[in-house]
Amino acid sequence: MKRRYWVQRLGFGLLALAALVVVIPILIVIISIVLRGMSAISWEFLTEMPRDGMKAGGIFPAIVGTTLLMIGTAVVAIPVGVGSAIYLSEYAGDNLFTRSIRLAIINLAGIPSVVYGLFGLGLFVIFLQFGTSILAGSLTLAIMTLPVIISASEEALRAVPTEFRTVSASLGGTKWQGTRKIVLPQALPGIITGVILGLLRAAGETAPILFTVAAFYLPRLPESVFDQTMALPYHLYVISTQVPGMPLEIQYGTALVLLVLVLSLNLIATIIRSYFRRRRQW
Amino acid sequence: MSQPQRNAKISIQNLNYAYGGSQALRNVNLEVPANEITVFFGPSSGGKTTLLRLINRLNDLLEGTEMSGRILLDRVDIYAPGTNVSELRRQVGMVFALPLPLPGTVRENVVYGPKLAGIRQREILDEIVYNSLTQAALWDEVKDRLEAPANSLSGGQQQRLCIARSLALTPQVLLLDEPTSGLDPISTGKVEESLYNLKEKYTVILVPHSIQQAARMADSAAFFLMGELIEYRSGKEIFTTARDRRTEEYITGRFG
Repeated sequence: MKRRYWVQRLGFGLLALAALVVVIPILIVIISIVLRGMSAISWEFLTEMPRDGMKAGGIFPAIVGTTLLMIGTAVVAIPVGVGSAIYLSEYAGDNLFTRSIRLAIINLAGIPSVVYGLFGLGLFVIFLQFGTSILAGSLTLAIMTLPVIISASEEALRAVPTEFRTVSASLGGTKWQGTRKIVLPQALPGIITGVILGLLRAAGETAPILFTVAAFYLPRLPESVFDQTMALPYHLYVISTQVPGMPLEIQYGTALVLLVLVLSLNLIATIIRSYFRRRRQW
Repeated sequence: MSQPQRNAKISIQNLNYAYGGSQALRNVNLEVPANEITVFFGPSSGGKTTLLRLINRLNDLLEGTEMSGRILLDRVDIYAPGTNVSELRRQVGMVFALPLPLPGTVRENVVYGPKLAGIRQREILDEIVYNSLTQAALWDEVKDRLEAPANSLSGGQQQRLCIARSLALTPQVLLLDEPTSGLDPISTGKVEESLYNLKEKYTVILVPHSIQQAARMADSAAFFLMGELIEYRSGKEIFTTARDRRTEEYITGRFG
């Protein structure tokens, strides 16, 4: 009896340890970045141009660049992604055509981000002659984000009980009316969460923007969608590996800004999800 | 087999229907008189619900179905090409077994259909809300809670709200699929009472949730078994002196 008890304790202990292994690296990363980056954060750091070959001054253009890229990505990816999800969940039957669409979406999610970068370079930068620009970068990031948005939105739409659609139809509603008035509003929290998670991924990626938009050092703000821009992840990569003699403080400060941006978006997604889950009526 | 005729509102002719490869209805012929309560009863999987859903074309939403025969509403084939299905469903309302209020308030539930039909003026909508809730015998209970979430009502109130929601479209026919199956006896009584009053204005087809209810409510009654219409006569006759042995056995509780 006693022996079994200890075996069980040991088993649970090992499982707990396995769970802990996940938490430890995240804590270490966050704590070390916060501790070493905090001292770099100041109003000037957030709002000024970089100076002296990025060794002094702020990271303002990189923050602006990443923000613009996310807006551009959202503008392209949300309508296309949510639209495809509505089509797949509400309108398309189960046939060869839709199955191949689904297969494509799954595969799209598995493609390495650097391949997206090269694809964007080939299609948007060179073939369509957008040049290295915010437009090309946003489009590249949007394609990369699409599978996340489509899968999450489709799942959210499918989670809405079929009976709602039947009731709407029985009251003289067309399919689109039922979708727009009942199904879509009910699925919205799930869709928003999916959109934010997709954009998060886009915000943190370096490879897709490497060839399509990111500027090494450009201490001014972009003026149109055809301009290059600095962006946080790429800037971080540059100052950590490409420029000798970078002050550690600036490197950690930049990492902290990126981390806060991503984590706060993540937090927003979580809040939206739990808020609506509590209000849901089914 | 299609006995009670008087002024047929709905006429079902040689109807065969298969779903997913299995025959759900076999050569059904039936005339539903106007302004009466017609009851479809029988053991489960007899085809009653399927028939109801064919009368307002809700089965259009399913795939892999096969149908032959005709269903006429006021002598017009509702499956004729070019039929406006939304319009048909406004004329033939449906109440389901489980009350399912749409997300939103009591008021929003009632005006959902009329709004889709294009009615916008506040005064007209208010009148619709009052009239349909009154007819569903619910107005007195919810008149102060019109802006409350519909799912905060009790089960019986929710089902009467679903009836009101259908009535809001001023349909000609009301189909009810075991509308009291989830309700306690008191709520059931209220729903039955509202149905009784409705037949003045509407043609009502009811799939009852018990034989007792069938006997209480039926002006005419049709007994369905395995997709076949076995016997169809006035309620009084069928529940006292059924002609077919199978109807008799089902009513007296020997199977089912």
